[in-house]
Amino acid sequence: MPIQYYIFLALALFCIGVAGVLARRNVIIIFMCIELMLNAANLLLVAFSKMHHAAWMAKPAGIASPGADGQLFVFFIMAVAAAEVSVGLAIIVMMYRNTHSVDVNFLNRLKN
Amino acid sequence: MNAIILSAIWGVAMMFSGIFLTKGEAIRAAAILGLVVLLGVNIAELYGYRLFNIDTRGMLSFNSFSLVFNAVLFGCTLIYFLLSSKDILKVGTNKAEYFSLIFFVLSGVSIASSFNTLLMLFLGIEIISIPLYILTGSDRKNLKSNEAALKYFLMGSFSTGIMVMGIALIYGARGSFDIAGMNTAMQQGLNPLLLSGLLLLLISMAFKVSAAPFHFWTPDVYDGAPTVFTSFMATIVKAGVFVAFLRLFDGAYGSMSDKWKLVVVIIIAATLLIGNITAVFQQSVKRMLAYSSIAQAGFMFFALFSYNDLSKEGLLLYSAAYCLATTGIFAILIKMKDYTFDGFNGMGKSNPLLAATNTIFLLSLAGIPLTAGFTAKFYMLSSAIKTGTYGWLVILAVLCAAVSVYYYFRVIQSMYFKEGDSQRIEVSSSFRLGLVVISAIIILLGIFPQILFYKLYF
Repeated sequence: MPIQYYIFLALALFCIGVAGVLARRNVIIIFMCIELMLNAANLLLVAFSKMHHAAWMAKPAGIASPGADGQLFVFFIMAVAAAEVSVGLAIIVMMYRNTHSVDVNFLNRLKN
Repeated sequence: MNAIILSAIWGVAMMFSGIFLTKGEAIRAAAILGLVVLLGVNIAELYGYRLFNIDTRGMLSFNSFSLVFNAVLFGCTLIYFLLSSKDILKVGTNKAEYFSLIFFVLSGVSIASSFNTLLMLFLGIEIISIPLYILTGSDRKNLKSNEAALKYFLMGSFSTGIMVMGIALIYGARGSFDIAGMNTAMQQGLNPLLLSGLLLLLISMAFKVSAAPFHFWTPDVYDGAPTVFTSFMATIVKAGVFVAFLRLFDGAYGSMSDKWKLVVVIIIAATLLIGNITAVFQQSVKRMLAYSSIAQAGFMFFALFSYNDLSKEGLLLYSAAYCLATTGIFAILIKMKDYTFDGFNGMGKSNPLLAATNTIFLLSLAGIPLTAGFTAKFYMLSSAIKTGTYGWLVILAVLCAAVSVYYYFRVIQSMYFKEGDSQRIEVSSSFRLGLVVISAIIILLGIFPQILFYKLYF
């Protein structure tokens, strides 16, 4: 498949994620949308990694097996996302205990 | 390398030390000891002693700039620990964990100051951010702290998403995460993939250093977080992210600085104006300091605008001056019960030493000559003048510095020229000594700024 398909799919996922973060009021859903953004980037990285590797296979030159580092990056993003999830859910649970709500409109008390 | 590994190890050790050390004093002593060791091994590496020889495959490189920068930030953290570690213990019950999280942040700072690939940039920034989300929310029963943590977490991970997308697009255009080769790739011309990637990366980094127009989370988060951790976030973390930003510009944006200059100029002008003008209207000193940190970030941004040797020295000096002064002010603020300007009324009579040192810190932040703040601003602006473009930006910066004098001097005015019933604040003699030492360092750096740069070139 041409690379454009992957780029458009990843960008569409990314935009859905951004729109969700900006528009939704439920913290859990905002959180899911952020994960969607990260996974769009993961998808794009894997696709580009394959693309660069294919380009290198067609004309081998320079460093050995380019494209491997793109897939490596995906693992790091997954690990970091997992760390973020654990911290983020803990924060949400902490907030829920105090307010009994997961609505983000709660976040305007500091404004004044 | 020494600093990265040792700070991570010490962080884990501190985490488990909570089992054995039950007394706050012992935990505090362990943390200060760890930081002294960290500073020591970092300076040793500056002189060529490496404890660990690890082949990082060119992902990290430790030049004198990053090592000197680490040393400055570790020094500031040491002073922060000496002044405020007793207040860290008072935040909650998990005493040892707070210190261990701070050590993890320091590990992230030393990665961020020496990265060579975008992978390490991403990891460094995340290792800085994630412990900070926890520290912001560490006052669990306090709704304001909860709210600040949630807001910081949502904003922070949103900007992480943007950063990762930017890196993915750059990778697509280039086929590698190296920032060293990025210059040459860019000279061959820009394609939309690379351009949008760089823009997204710039936006996410501006988010992390809270530069306008991406600053809106800062006042709320700094206001809501426990004051001890606000002090850490506003100083060491901000400077640490800035050095990552500078390194990124060094490699990635350098060769096309003409094209990026306009973007950077807009960010600087907006940051200076919004930070300074909004700070004028604040009633709480803590919130005023949050806006002042945005304003100071505008000045630090000049290092990315002018991008020459002078600006590197300037960023080093600016970080030292800003971190020391802000740490000092926060250390005094933590001891007060009332965070409004009126809370400082009559402090000159009731606590003469605290008021005097606080005055020096505020003068340094405002940029009055003979303090480090003045020399730092001087370096920044003269490096910008050296580039010979955008002269109006320097004039705007000077005008904004004049505005900043208004809100910093309001505190001095309250302390000395207003009658008030401010009660005597009981502080230990070591706390006083710490404040005097910071003031002395600020004045010393104001007169001899070169002492910081000595190891930069030799």
